[in-house]
This record gives sequence, C-alpha cells and structure tokens, in this order.
Amino acid sequence: MPRNDSTFGIAIKKADRRYVYRRLWEYLKRSRGLLAATLVLAVAANLLALVGPSLSGKAIDAMAAGGTDFSIVFRYVTLMLIFYVVSGVLSYVLAYIMVLVSRKISFELRRDLFRKLGELPVGFFDTRQTGDIISVISYDVDNINASLANDLLQIFKSVITVVGSLVMMLSIKPELVLVFCVTLPLSFLLTRYTSKKVRPLYRRRSAKLGELNGFAEEMTGGQKVTRAYDMQEDVIRRFDERNREATEAYVTAEDAGTLMGPSVNFVNNLSLTLVSVFGGLMLISGGIGLGQVSSFVLYSRKFSGPINEIANIFGELQSALAAAERVFRLMDAEPEKPDAPDAHELTEVRGNVELQNVRFGYDPDIDIIKGISFSAESGKLIAIVGPTGAGKTTIINLLMRFYDAGGGSITIDGHDICAVTRASLRRSYTMVLQDTWLFSGTISENIAYAADNASREEVIAAAQAAHAHEFISRLPDGYDTVLSDNAANISKGQKQLLTIARAMLVDSHMLILDEATSNVDTRTEERIQGAMRELMKGKTCFVIAHRLSTIRSADLILVLDGGRIVERGTHDELLSSGGLYSRLYYSQFSEE
Amino acid sequence: MKKLFAYIRPHSGLMLLGLLLKFVAAMLDLMIPYMLEVIIDDVAPTGSRRTVLIYGAVMVGFAVASAVVNLTANRMANHNASKVTLKLRHDLFERISYLSPQTTDRYTLPTLVARLTSDTYHVNNMLVRVQRLGVRGPILLIGGIIITLTLDPVLTLVLVAMLPLIAITVWAVTRFSIPIYRKCQELLDRLVCIVQENAGGARVIKALSKTEYERKRFDGANEGHSAAERRAGAIMAVTNPTSTLVLNIGLSFVVLVGAYRVDSGMTDPGTIIAFLSYFVIILNAMLGITRIFVVCSRGVASAARIAEVLDEPDTLPVLEHGGDREDTPWHIEFENVTFSYNKVEPDVKNISFGIAKGQTLGIIGPTGSGKTTIASLLMRFYDPDEGVIRINGRDIRSIDRSTLAKMFGTAFQNDFVMAASLRDNVTYNRPISDEAVLHALDIAQAGTMLAGFEDGLEHMLTAHGTNVSGGQRQRITIARAIAGGPDVLILDDSSSALDYATDARLNYALYTRLPDTTKVIIAQRVSSIMSADLIMVLDGGRVIGQGRHEELMRSCEEYRRIAVTQMGEGAYAS
Repeated sequence: MPRNDSTFGIAIKKADRRYVYRRLWEYLKRSRGLLAATLVLAVAANLLALVGPSLSGKAIDAMAAGGTDFSIVFRYVTLMLIFYVVSGVLSYVLAYIMVLVSRKISFELRRDLFRKLGELPVGFFDTRQTGDIISVISYDVDNINASLANDLLQIFKSVITVVGSLVMMLSIKPELVLVFCVTLPLSFLLTRYTSKKVRPLYRRRSAKLGELNGFAEEMTGGQKVTRAYDMQEDVIRRFDERNREATEAYVTAEDAGTLMGPSVNFVNNLSLTLVSVFGGLMLISGGIGLGQVSSFVLYSRKFSGPINEIANIFGELQSALAAAERVFRLMDAEPEKPDAPDAHELTEVRGNVELQNVRFGYDPDIDIIKGISFSAESGKLIAIVGPTGAGKTTIINLLMRFYDAGGGSITIDGHDICAVTRASLRRSYTMVLQDTWLFSGTISENIAYAADNASREEVIAAAQAAHAHEFISRLPDGYDTVLSDNAANISKGQKQLLTIARAMLVDSHMLILDEATSNVDTRTEERIQGAMRELMKGKTCFVIAHRLSTIRSADLILVLDGGRIVERGTHDELLSSGGLYSRLYYSQFSEE
Repeated sequence: MKKLFAYIRPHSGLMLLGLLLKFVAAMLDLMIPYMLEVIIDDVAPTGSRRTVLIYGAVMVGFAVASAVVNLTANRMANHNASKVTLKLRHDLFERISYLSPQTTDRYTLPTLVARLTSDTYHVNNMLVRVQRLGVRGPILLIGGIIITLTLDPVLTLVLVAMLPLIAITVWAVTRFSIPIYRKCQELLDRLVCIVQENAGGARVIKALSKTEYERKRFDGANEGHSAAERRAGAIMAVTNPTSTLVLNIGLSFVVLVGAYRVDSGMTDPGTIIAFLSYFVIILNAMLGITRIFVVCSRGVASAARIAEVLDEPDTLPVLEHGGDREDTPWHIEFENVTFSYNKVEPDVKNISFGIAKGQTLGIIGPTGSGKTTIASLLMRFYDPDEGVIRINGRDIRSIDRSTLAKMFGTAFQNDFVMAASLRDNVTYNRPISDEAVLHALDIAQAGTMLAGFEDGLEHMLTAHGTNVSGGQRQRITIARAIAGGPDVLILDDSSSALDYATDARLNYALYTRLPDTTKVIIAQRVSSIMSADLIMVLDGGRVIGQGRHEELMRSCEEYRRIAVTQMGEGAYAS
C-alpha cells in the first residue's frame, strides 16, 4: 500500500515562524472591528471585576464588633452587586463575540484552503495522500480555532487584569509589590523555556495524526481487498503502529506542555508566600492595615491567576501554531501557473490540433514524451495505441494542460494552447476517462454536472443515449437516487455509463476518450457505439483505443512506444507495413 | 458513555491514584492561603517575626510539594487517557475493518475516518481534562467549602445556597449543547467528503471548469458547519459568566451577612478576609468545572458517535448450524441464491450450480448482470437473501470468517498494486516463501517480466503500479491470488489487459498446474472461459444459459452471439 511522506509535517525554519504569525494575523485582522469591541469589553468587564475586592475591602474596613457602619456596608454591597451583574453581562457578550470571531476564522481558513485546492495542478493530487490534506482542513483548522480566539481573549483579559491589579497593588502598598520582581521574571523564564521545548513536539503530534488519518482513509477505502485476503489482522497491526506513534507523539507533547501549569502555579504560591511573610512583617511593624493586607492579597491572587493562565495559553498556542504551519504550507503550495496575462478565450473552436516536437517528463530530468509531432484535422478520429506506459495518457494530460509540455508547442486552430485561458481550453474538450468519477449527489446531478441548466428531459435523453436510462429507471429512486461514495448498488460498468451520459451534455468540438469503455461489456458497448458515434460526430476525437471498431475507423492511428510515435497511418496502411502495430493488433485486438 | 466506561475501567486503578495525587496537591494548595490567614490573624499580633518566617518557609515547602505532585498527576493523566484512546482507536479500526460493505456504505468513508481520528481526539481531550481539572476543581471547591465552614458556617451556607443555581445552569447548557456538537461532527463529515471528492476528481472538475461550482458546494457545507459551531458556542458561552455572576452575588451576600456577624461579635474581620480569599479559590474551581463541561459536551457527543460504530451489530454472524449437506459431490454449490443490494430489485436471482474440486466455473454476461455479485456472495461479503451457498457441503455462514477467507485467492477487476517490491506485492504481507512467489508468478505468466527485472523480486513498483504495463499489473495481482495456495481461485475480469496468446497460456497453466484448485473465472471474453467445466451466462441477475461451451453454442442464443462477435466462426471450433 502506498505510503507517501507526510507532506505537511516537515519542520519549519525559524525564520518562517514570524511568517506564520503574520499569516494568522491576516485572518484575525478581518475581524478587526469585533476584536476591537472585545478589547473594549474586556477592559470594561475586568475593570469592573477589579473594583470588586476594593469594594469588599472598604465594606470590611467599616466592620467592627458592635460598631459597624451599616450604611457604608450597604452602599458597598449594592455597588458590588451592580458591578458584578454588569460585568457578567459584558463577559457573556464578550464570549459570544469571541465565538463569532473564532468561527469566522475557521470558516475563512477552510474556505481559503478549499479555494487553494481548486487552484492546485492535477499533479498535486497525483502525488499527495488525500487523508493528509483532509487532516489539515479538518483537524489542524480546528486546532487553530479551538485555541486561537479564546487564547487571544484570555491574553487580552489577563493583561488587563495584570495591569489593573498592579495599579491597585501599587496604590495600596508599593513596597509589597517588590515581591513580584522576583516571581514575575521566574514565570516569564519558565514559560519561555517550556514553549520553546514544546513547539516541535506539537508539530510532530500534528504530523503523526495526519499520517494516521491518511492510513485510516486509505485502508478503509481498500476494505474489499483487505477482506478478500483476510488481511484485516495485518492491516490492524499496521494501523496499531501508526496509532501508537500518534498517541506517543500526543503524550510526549502533552507531558512537556503540562510542565507549564504546575510550575507557574508554584511561582504563584511562592509570591503568595512572600506577600504573606512580608505583609505579616509589615503588619507587625505597623506599616500596613488589616484591610489593606486583605485587599493586597486578593489583588495579588488576581494578579498571578492570569499569569498562570497566560502560561497555559502559551502551551496551547504552540499547538495552534504547529497546526497553522501545516495549514499555511498547504495554502502556499505552488498553484497551477496562472494564465498568461494576455491569454484570450478560446472560442469558436474548429478543432485543428497540432503538436510540434512536444517533450515532457513528470520528472523534468526524465522525458516520458520524447518529441512528438502530429496534426489532427477538424472532425478527424485519432486513435492512440501502444503498450501501457508508452505515454498515451500523458498526451491527454498535455492536450488538456493538466501538465504543461516541457518543450515544443501544441496549437488549436493555430492558437498556442499556452496563450489561451485554461478554462476555455478545457471547455473545448469533452472527456470520458477510465477512472469513473461521481460525487455524492443524485444521479441526475451527476449527469447534469457539465451542463448547469440541463432540464430533467435533457438529463434523461443523455442517459438514454448512453444506455443508462434502463438501469436508472430500475433504481427505487430513479434519477433522484443518491450516490454515496462507493455506491454498492451501482456497478463499475454502470458508473461508466453515467460518466458517458454526463459527457453527452457537454457541448464541445473535441473529444477525448481514455479507454472509456473498458468496464463495459461487449453487448452494452455495441449499444453505446451508436451513441458514441453520435457524440463523436463533427468533433476532433482523440481515443486511447482498445477496441477494434474504433481503430478500424480511425483517420489516423498513432503507435506510441517509449514516448515516441513509432508508426502512423491508417489501419490498412499500418497492417500492411508489418511493424509494431501489426504485432500489437494481432496480439491485442484480434479476438475482440 | 457506558461504552466508554468499559474502556476506562481497566485503568481505573491508576486513575484513582492520579486523583489521589490531585487531591493531595489540592490540599497543599489550600493550605497556603490558610497559613496566610494564620500569619496575619494569629502570628502577626504576637509580633514574632521569627514565627512569621518559619511559617513562610513551611509555605514554600508546600508550594514545592504541590508543584511536584501536580506535575506527576498531570502526566499520569496524559498517559492514562492515551492508553484508553489507543485501545479505543484500535477497537474502532478493528470494528470498521470487519464491517460489512453495506454498513460501510451506509456510514460512508469520511465519517468512519472522522470517527477514528477527530472523534477519538475529542474523547482523549475529555479524558485528559477531566483527570487534570475534574479532580482539582471539585476538590478545591469542596475543600474550599469545608475550610470556609470551619471559618464561619453561616457565611459558608450563604455561598453554598448559590451552588444549585450553578448546577442548573450547567445542566441546561450541557443538555442543549451535546446534540449540537453531534450535529457539528456530522456536518464536518460532509465537509470532508467534499474535499475527498475534489482530491479524487481533480481532472474532471478542471476539465468541466466546475471549480467555482465545487467552491459553492464546499462553502455551503462550510457555512452549515460554522453555523452549528456558532450555535454550540453561543450556548456554551453562557456557562462561565453565569457561574461567576451567581458566585459573586453570593459573595456580596457574604459581605452583608458578615457585617451583621462582625457587628454582633460572632466573627471578626480577619475571618471575612480569609473567607474572601478562599472564595477566589472556590470561584476559580467553579470556572474550572464549567470549562470541563465544555470539553465534555464535545467529548460525550464524540463518544456516542464512536459507540454507534462499535455497537454496530455483526451483520454477518457465524452461524452454529447452517444449511449443511453431507456427501455432496460439489466443492462449491449455490442453491437457489437470490440477493439484492438495495433489497428492492434482486441483483442476482435463483442462482444454482455446483462445481467439483479442481473444476473451473466461467461466468460471462453484460455489465450489471451480477457476475461480481456472485463472487462477492461466495466470499461472504454479503449474505444471500434467499438460498444457501456451500463449500464442501458446509453452509459458508457456519464457517469461521478467517478460515473462509483463507480458502480464496482473488484478483479483482481493478486490483491495486502498491509502492513496494514485487515480492511484497505478491506476498501482500502474508508469510509466503520466495519459492511459492516464483511459482505463482510463473503460473500467472509473469516469468518473462520477472526475468526483465535486474533486481528480480526486489524490483520496486510505484504506487498504483505506474511503472509496469496494465497487463503486467494484472499478472502481478493474479500471482498474488495464486501465491497463497488457495482452495478456490477467483479471477474477476482480471485478465482483460492480457493479449490473446498470454491469456491462453495463463488458462492452460491454471488447468494443468493447479489441478486441485477450484477456479472461478469472470470474464467478458469468451476465449477466457470457453474451456471451463461449467459456464454460466448471466443477464440481469438471472442465469440464461448454463453448461459447457459446446452445449451453450447450441442452446444459448445470447452466448452464441457474444462468441461469434468476439471470435468469428472460430467460436464453433475447439
């Protein structure tokens, strides 16, 4: 089973880190308004909450056995209630806005990632594991989102609380604040040390989970073969390996991450100790009142709480950043080269295709196509034959610009295909591939895929032309039958008929058939032939031919071998010349 | 959830130990403000600076101990949770591996994969959080309350009276949010499904310029998912401010009631100060608890999704007694077998045949006529709706799954070749000797191909076998089917890319060199099956002709037509 390298898991360079921050900021920036609102709300809510201890302190100061000034107590308690209610409401609004912001960010990240997928060249999907791509879009985006927005809010809030508490403490007793000169740097160093240590571990965790996802997807997809060979145990064993690796990576990362909480908590306890010792000493020397000590202690807890929080958040942020690296790596993947700036739409295609000395290799150093030239006149049928691996499918890839030729030129009606827009070029072809592709939707939607406004009648007519109507009508929901991803109620051949029906609705002047009928039996194929001829009428057709009838009626047969055209001509010409074609023909086609 | 507890139970000992450690750590944490109070209320008035310092030293000791114990407990929590997750994922994957194809289709692939990864991740998260915070929170809460009780029971009661309000809030929030989180996961599945389709269909989508359409489709799913998450978030966001507010209101009352008690001499201001200090702990504990509920809501929703798959009934149970039949001459026997995928229209109907050990069954018929279905039924990918399938007289439903699977060697229509050596592609991770591999390759007519590789069996094939021809690929998969020495060899349209001469040599080799292997050959070429001992001609799921080639040439018009189309008048020879 192919196991590609995890594409998005490679360690990122230090210099790139700032880049990740910048990219994340771009997303945050779009919610600038909301973020500003949260900032204001956070300041307000926290200031209100901060006032609490000073209010309660004042109330307490008014208390004395037998001499309590109740009017003062009432006033402050009422104030406390008002402040807390307002602060609560603000907190909710704040939290709700944060939900909005964070949802917006993950929505946009996913949207942009998907947009990117649409821009990527076909080659990207030929070489990457789908499961890993999915892992980026679902898990990594979740991971960023889960912490990013909340964390930022927490950091805002914490900073405000810290600053506020500091101001309050300074106003109570500046000398006692000196305690934090010891503990604050300690917190800072601890946080810095841990986050440095934990970052690569989180990155590894993401990559391993991506691998696990890729494997799970691949294996679940290949269930049938696994089952037939009773290989479940083996596959489960290999799944377990990856499962173990993923879990280990998780635990290692989390273990390092948990260092943060207790160690910063320790620093907080330390500062509380220092505060009480010095507070006690000052109380003895009469430099401070009881109510003041009380308020100071409360503020100092408020002060260290957020620091604890920030430390924890730093841990979580590391995990979000590791995920963000993977997200932006995918988002930065090399897109399909944009159309030339002066590219024009290819319109009114007549279908004269000419290839001149075309060269190409998937690996630029190794040519698969080694200088191919031929011209296909409008309306002609070009059959491409040759052993597998000769480069037949590659030619199709080049014609439709799924890949760009490495040398030579391809023209349509005299226009270089690199000088026209890709979309108009591709639209000028109708394509039926061996690989049947249907999406989860109704049969009708699948057939009408190429023609947005096709009516039900047109869909049915197309299905009839492709001889698919009969089996579709037999399905309980007919044309509204929903195809799930590996629809068991539809055979491979039937799927093929659906893709042919889909092609019937494409209006174009050129046709590409890539072994399109290989899954269809002889009898059905005979029936389709008529429809195919209809489909081919007036079009320039490129057929990777496997069937005798196609080859016989071809206007030009190209015999490919080792990336070169070794013979060309009509069926009769080639047969009489007694070369590779005749050998192929007698071995491969004679009995069909 | 019940399902999840079964996974947690084996680790409950260690988890309890972790909880205990957490308890100790929480107690140590609580001791620190308590000593603070002692310093300020009791020690400072005595004026003994030395005692203050001693108390301070003890507090530092507690702080260190608390950090060490906490760290240990947190790490234990990570390890315990990961053990549960490891097992859970293993079992889930195992379950998925053995799900019937119909069940797999019903769930669809993306949701199964999501359950394996993203749902198990949420569960893991929940377990870690509950262990790490779930203990500390309640203990700090309860401990805080107990200590405040010793400080001043009346004031404590004021505070405790607020707790039911918080409980109700949390209960209501969780109740509403769990179903929404479940919905979120489902919508995420939908999203993933579209990504998967787009990765697989890049060519078609580009060819038809449907990128924009696909974007809209994705945006729709994305928006739906986002909206559900927003809803869940909006509800969850209620918890924290509400709990804080309720507690703070309690606090205000404490101050008020405290004022009366101080005034009447039942308590002193120092106690109220300490009380307020503990209150901060209680508040934080409460917030910690509500945060756990957020994680739990998601975790519980995910656990339910996992349990749903784990609880999936075995649709293909091994029966104690099936419709066995003693002393049958047949190795493979179908008796009136009818089967339908969608249970509406039968895909194969009333199939009956028998072939003896070593014989060959050929199946031919148009697309969708049920050829592959017969092979799938024979391998028990599905159970027939009616009728019995027997091997050596035993109903296959009563044969142990693994034993049954080992009887077959199968080459599928579009079997896959993996990026691995030729040897590994043939052995497919089964313990098969090189001798057997070479033998199988030879029968599969891959001998010349092998001779062409300088590195022989070590020769590396690329993913999907792109560096060998279609015919070579098929020969490799046929060799794979043969190499295990199966009782029954099934070739499902797997020699279609072979040229005529090679196909003929393959058939000859199968007959002469695997005389004891029963062969089931599904083909579209008459030439591939014409020498079979029994040929079945299918059309629309029904047998329209059954017999040897010569008989069918006489009796079955459809067969004759296919044969003549494909082979010309030569069809009458042989």
